[in-house]
Amino acid sequence: MDFLRPADWEEALAAKAEHPSAVPIAGGTDVMVEINFDHRRPEHLLDLSRIGELHEWDADGPDVRLGAAVPYARIIDHLHTELPGLALAAHTVGSPQIRNRGSVGGNLGAASPAGDSHPALLAAGAEVEAQSVRGTRLIPVEEFYTGVKRNALAPDELIRAVHIRKATGPQQFSKVGTRNAMVIAVCAFGIALHPESRTVRTGIGSAAPTPVRAGVAEEFLAAALAEAGCWDSGAPVPPSVAREFAELASGACNPIDDVRGSAAYRRRAVAVMARRTLGWVWEEYRGTQGRGTLCA
Amino acid sequence: MRVTFTVNGRPQEADDVWEGESLLYVLRERLGLPGSKNACEQGECGSCTVRLDGVPVCACLVAAGQAEGREVGTVEGLADHAARRAGGTSADRARQWRPDPADTVELAPVQRAFIDAGAVQCGFCTPGLLVAADELLEHNPDPSDADIREALSGNLCRCTGYEKILDAVRLAAARAAEGD
Repeated sequence: MDFLRPADWEEALAAKAEHPSAVPIAGGTDVMVEINFDHRRPEHLLDLSRIGELHEWDADGPDVRLGAAVPYARIIDHLHTELPGLALAAHTVGSPQIRNRGSVGGNLGAASPAGDSHPALLAAGAEVEAQSVRGTRLIPVEEFYTGVKRNALAPDELIRAVHIRKATGPQQFSKVGTRNAMVIAVCAFGIALHPESRTVRTGIGSAAPTPVRAGVAEEFLAAALAEAGCWDSGAPVPPSVAREFAELASGACNPIDDVRGSAAYRRRAVAVMARRTLGWVWEEYRGTQGRGTLCA
Repeated sequence: MRVTFTVNGRPQEADDVWEGESLLYVLRERLGLPGSKNACEQGECGSCTVRLDGVPVCACLVAAGQAEGREVGTVEGLADHAARRAGGTSADRARQWRPDPADTVELAPVQRAFIDAGAVQCGFCTPGLLVAADELLEHNPDPSDADIREALSGNLCRCTGYEKILDAVRLAAARAAEGD
């Protein structure tokens, strides 16, 4: 095995071009587990931990350009206003030790359907900035996940950053597991209200081969809220609408039975999380509207 | 490969390090610092918790080469680290560190509190908990119970001695407050 230690980003791209099978390592919270357990013996480890710009972010403009290796702990501390859904999801990652090292770039590179940041990225709206010596491209996060632990990166590409829409409305995240720390999601749900476009976006984790949006549920909810005038009135979401939204979200799942939970349980849990998180974000939205007249 | 870094204030060099090796392995097997414990090797148990440039991390998940040029703090250097933080003068204590069967070694306040509160049972999780608890108190001298639980949530104690461990952190915080 070779340990490649590029001093800057250009060197890293050149190294990846020269050794397309090199495995990038930043926080190491996924890669080192695989090496420790002999599940992986890459010919080259590409250490990205020394590249300063990967640990920085830029929050000017409508997006946050989040460096691929910014640890979860810094997202929680510094970006919870701009990226509330992602900050909530980050807080459920592992433990303080893991949050000090793990990053969204690593979550995307690993592309596990159980990665905690995916539902929040899907709900907020995000693009993955992939770079190689050939150039840069922005991949919508929906198209980034291509299969279980597979993503849309070309062999010579590295994740430079993630562009995440700043929140313009309330966001929430919910995750089912056996305790509050050190838990791989049984399943997870993210939701974001986008009041300016009167749309709702969602993300489901660990309940399909890839993280997915519940597109039909999103469209149903946006139409139902518009029809009932809820965006203007700030009235509560009618219970029948919340129930239908939950059922449609559950329908977007394609889960499996595994050691962490059964497919049936995951479908049920996603429905419950969808209904609850909708309640939470809508209560917050109503609070910012400052009124509570009844929906027609 | 060779890895050169600082451990508990002292320059260290490890040779013939395998590229896939963890920082934990280097500390324990090459540098003779077995305080950090090796258990899960997947970041779940926290018994290998060390400070990397001051930040608590699982040493089993840091590739040895990533420690190049960096500062690592282990439980072996905790007493010295605490003394320096408190403005003590014995900056070289870690260099002279030796196991002391007579138990006369000066301990960090958090170590003393763990003993006094009965927070050490089999002792395997203790080094990781000490490093995590010391870092908590460094940044938050008066932590709430929720703060303590959160800060120690990455450290498992299979003796399930958590209540005493929480007592120990509260005790260390209370003593520090009295001493101020």
